Parts: sequence; C-alpha cells; structure tokens
Amino acid sequence: MFDLLGVPPQVLFGQLLLGLINGSFYALLSLGLAVIFGMLNVINFAHGALYMIGAFVAWLLLTKLGLGYWWALGLSPLIVGLLGVALEKTMLSRLYKLDHLYGLLLTFGLALIMEGAFRHFYGVSGQPYPIPDALKGGQNLGFMFLPNYRGWVVVASLVICFGTWFAIERTRLGAYLRAATENPVLVQAFGINVPVMITATYGFGVALAGLAGVLAAPIYQVSPLMGTNLIIVVFAVVVIGGMGSILGAIVTGLGLGLLEGLTKVFYPEASNIVVFVVMAIVLLIKPAGLFGRER
Amino acid sequence: MLKTLLCGTALLALTAGAAQAQVSNNVIKIGVMNDRSGIYADLAGEGSAIAARLAAEEFGGKIAGAPIEIVVADHQNKADIAANTAREWIDAGNVDVIADVPNSAAALAVQGITKDKKRIFLMSGPGSTDLSGKSCSPYGFQWTYDNYAMAAGTARALVDQGKKSWFFITADYAFGHSLEDETTKMVKQLDGKVAGNVRHPLGTADFSSYLLQAQASKADVIGLANAGGDTTNAVKQASEFGITQSGQSLAGLLLFISDVHALGLPAAQGLMLTTGFYHDMDDQTRDWTKKFEAKAGRKPTMVQAGVYSAVRHYLKAVEAVGSDDPDKVAAKMRETPVNDMFAKNGKVAANGRMFHDMYLAQVKAPGESKAPWDYYKIVKTIPAEQAFLDPAKSGCPLVK
Repeated sequence: MFDLLGVPPQVLFGQLLLGLINGSFYALLSLGLAVIFGMLNVINFAHGALYMIGAFVAWLLLTKLGLGYWWALGLSPLIVGLLGVALEKTMLSRLYKLDHLYGLLLTFGLALIMEGAFRHFYGVSGQPYPIPDALKGGQNLGFMFLPNYRGWVVVASLVICFGTWFAIERTRLGAYLRAATENPVLVQAFGINVPVMITATYGFGVALAGLAGVLAAPIYQVSPLMGTNLIIVVFAVVVIGGMGSILGAIVTGLGLGLLEGLTKVFYPEASNIVVFVVMAIVLLIKPAGLFGRER
Repeated sequence: MLKTLLCGTALLALTAGAAQAQVSNNVIKIGVMNDRSGIYADLAGEGSAIAARLAAEEFGGKIAGAPIEIVVADHQNKADIAANTAREWIDAGNVDVIADVPNSAAALAVQGITKDKKRIFLMSGPGSTDLSGKSCSPYGFQWTYDNYAMAAGTARALVDQGKKSWFFITADYAFGHSLEDETTKMVKQLDGKVAGNVRHPLGTADFSSYLLQAQASKADVIGLANAGGDTTNAVKQASEFGITQSGQSLAGLLLFISDVHALGLPAAQGLMLTTGFYHDMDDQTRDWTKKFEAKAGRKPTMVQAGVYSAVRHYLKAVEAVGSDDPDKVAAKMRETPVNDMFAKNGKVAANGRMFHDMYLAQVKAPGESKAPWDYYKIVKTIPAEQAFLDPAKSGCPLVK
C-alpha cells in the first residue's frame, strides 16, 4: 500500500469517516441555528444549552422513568421544543422589534442560567448513558472498526438534515415561512397566522438541538458542559456557511467535520483551531459566508 | 449583524464561568483556589473548600485568638487568572496560605508568586513534578500525588504484567506533558518501549480519532495522560470502539474516584490506577468521609482529602510556632511528621514533596460492588520511598 505523507490509507479513511460522524453533529446543530436565524433573525446562543438539556432529558427519562433510548428520541426533542416555545412566547417575542444584540444577550444569559442550574444539581463530571442494545457492537470495515451506533448517527442526521431542507425549500409550508420572513405584514394579510408560525419555527429549531443531544448522549458523558464545548465551533460553522443558509449549514457542517478529521491525522495540536482559521479566511474573502447572500 | 455575532462568540469563549473572591483583614486566612466550574470542579472545586473548613473546625475555628477564615476562587483553568487572583489575595486580601490549585499550568504560576512574596502554598491538585523539581519553592508543598507517583504505580504494575509497549493520548498542556514524560521514563527504565503518542486540547469531547491512532499502533497499553472529563470521555469511547475487547489495555494514568463515579462501573471496571487516598481504608478514613459527605453530598476524592491533610498540617505548625510567619511555619512543617487520616508518618522532604504511602487499586466489576461508591480493590500499598522520586534526583535547587 502507498502512504500519503507518511500516513497509511487505512488511518486516513478511518479519520475521514470519524470526521463525517462529527460533521453530522455540527450539521444538525448548525441547521437548527440556521433555521432560527433565517426565519426569526435571532442569534440563538441558548442552542448549546438546549442541546445539553436534550441529552439530560434522555438521561432523566432513563433513570427516573425507565424509558429507554427510542422513547427519548421522540420525547426529548418534544420536551425541548416545548421549552423553546415557552421561551419564545414569554421572552424572545418581545425583542423582535429591537436590535439583534438584545436577542443575542437574552439567549446568552438564558444559556448561562440553564448550564449553571444543571451544574449545581448534577456536577460537571457527567452521567453515563448506555448505548441502546439494538445498536451495540460494530462492523469491521477492514480499515477501521465502526461502532454501529456511530453509523446510525450519520444516517439519522443526514435524513433529518435533508428532510428539513426539503420542508423549507420545497413545500408550501416552507414557502409561507420564507414569505413571512420577507414581508410579514403582507403574508398576514393573506390570512396566515404569522406569530404562530414564528413560534413553531423556534420550537422546531431548538427541538433539533434536543434531538442532537439525545444522539450525543451515548457517545459523550451527559454533562452540563457538553453544550459549551460544542457551540463555539457550531457558530463558526454557521458563519462560514452563511448566516441563515440551510444548505450552507449542512454542507459546511459535514465539510468542517472532515477537515477537522484530517487535521487530527496530520497535526493534532491544531485540531481545535482549524475551524476558526477557515472562518477567518472565509470572512476575509467572502464576508457573507460560502452560501450566504449579502443583506 | 455579523459583527454582533462575532463579538458574542468571543464573549462566550471568554466567560466559561464566573470568578469570585472575598476579602478580609488580620486573620489566618486560607485561600482555596481551584476549578469551580470546569472539568476539574468535581475532583476539587467546592469539595476542597469543604475539606479545608473541616480542618479549620478541628482547631475550633481559631488559633491563638485569631480566627481562621477560608476564602475561595475559581481560576477557570487559566494560568493568568490564577496568577492575578494569587497577587490580589496576597497584596490586598491578606491571604496567608493558598491551597489546592489543580491544573499544573495554574499551579506553576502561583508557585512563582508565592515564592517571591513568601507565602505558603499547599498543592493538592496539581501533578507536575516540576513543582517539587526545578520550580520548587521553600514555601511550596506538594501534598497528595504527583505524576512520578502515578507513573511509578500504574506503569510499573502494567509493565510487570508483561505489557511493554505503550501509546500515549496526552492532554496538550504542562500537566499532560509532564505525566507522559514521567511515564515514558518509567516504561523505558523497565525495558518497555513507547510506540507513539498523540496530543489533544484540554476539554476534548470526541476521542475517537486519537483512539483509532492508538489502536493502529498495536501497542499493549494505551496510556491516558489526561484527567477529569477528558479521561472519562476517552475511557467511554474506548469501550465503544472495542479497544479493550481486542486485547489492548487502557491505563488511566490519573484517575479520580469522581471519574469512576461518572463513568459507572460497567465502563470503568478493571482499570488499574494509583491513588493517594480511598475513603474505605480504615475507621479513620471512614469517619472523616462521613463528615465530608454530610456537607458535600458525595465521597471525597484524593485531592479533597489531601487539601484537608495539608491545611491541617499547616494549622498545626502555626499553632506550634504561635505565629503565621511563613519562614518559621514552613520550617516547622518540614520537621513535623504528618499523621492524620490521610497519611501515616508522612514526611515533608527538602524539595517540598510530602512523602506518604500510595495505593495501587483496581476498579471493581459491577457484581463485586456492594454499596454506592464501593469502587476500588486495593491491590497493594506502595511504600512512600518507592512511590515518589528521590528528592536528590528531583532537580530542585533547594536539595543540597
């Protein structure tokens, strides 16, 4: 076998596959952010905290009620989504007329409160969450051992990402949504209840974060810090992809996952900054992001 | 718009937690500084402050009429915050002694300041051997463990079982590098070899990439030269990737009981580790643990038990000397043996290293554990002289 810059191809393929897995998480989280920003013009800094809550709800369902992974996969996003609806109705909706900065500060504050509360009650070391029995074990692909669960994560997130893109870009409901963001007054005049649609969109966006949390629970420790660790990278993904661009969020999420995987092979020390280097370059060359439009 | 977002991102990156500090005058003032909100908050954090308070209570809260006061601060695992807090505490807060300070990078910064300003520094949390080596201080005491002790315990036990080739997954900062170096020296000394290493940033969530490189190296042992949440994530994901099942051993070079608790026994069982303290050793440790648990709601880690022991030893020296003059107290601390629930006949060497017995332990299987927190089988006691590096070889200029 030939070596590429001293790295055997088995290792390279393995790392690319892992990059794809991490990229799936980036894509799923940045998708929710992009949907919310695109439709509501709110920069949702609470996204990481809601992702963490999604994982914690799964853990609580398992330990307090004995409801396993598959239940959590449905219930946890629902609960997080309802929490999102409550936040939107009681707080966020009052800020739409003000500058973006207020929405950002509000959601940032909410994130700190939510993380602080969970840290107080559950500590920082995290709680163990087992991999569901049906997805235990793994496949030997020749070049690496792929745990079944990680394979499932990639498939699940690709399906969800594509589904969301399709719903917003190719269906009638999506068309209403896009129209409502362009001109809410006119759309309302056609008899469509815009405020309800906006609330539902926020609920859906954060439900995606909750879902990502459930998917992450068996891989990482369910810990109050899990959102903070991830959210900065996810924001970088959204900036690179272009604020509010759904396709941009998905493609950039997966792409950066791959890039990070490659960095871990060739120069591991830089793996946590490579995303930000790319962000800086993209901002210099194409300030609206790779898939964004100038507003 | 974009600018707002970027500012926000920067803001988020900067404020991982909030610091707090309290100020007062003219008392025996103990500053417990550690990570109170990040990945080391469970192994040190508020638990270390509780341990210090337990020590103060044994003296009735005052010595020679002067009340003992305990203040706390969060260094957020940042050396600059640790240095600023230490300066502020000493210059404006009349703090007499700083305790704990996990995270070797932060501890090295505080060691420099306490050395210049002549204040006693009781290190329980940090592991770097430099703290009692080339960066030692006449006022610095390294109490609970150090990276040499971890390597001497765990690495020797595994190499003795015939597991001679090692691959390291190392946290990329002072502590991780030092732990890897110490273990490498020990492995080579015992005719083992190092197949490779990879470095990861502090606070990494996904270890799969590093684990895959470790697997490809075909080493007998994958040594985890990291701590806290990094170690638990790595152990959990190693079992996901079938690493332990395929015959490679995993060695947590620094594993605390809080990590084992977080992992749960199914994921952690069989891990070998070295520890300076286990709550279920004898009646003394059990009694103290009961008091600790009543306040903290969980069992103490070795770092927290070490904070208690170090603060108690310091207060005893203050009591004996009848003053908190740092030179006199430090001299007294060096000449008095340490006898408490943590250490039996412990001795402080010239380089500030406190010599006490360490224990090689193995994590129990779920079936063997009879009660909550019944996690360790103590495999053997490592006598102090074998557990720690000979002060003459430590490189500390204070050792003549």
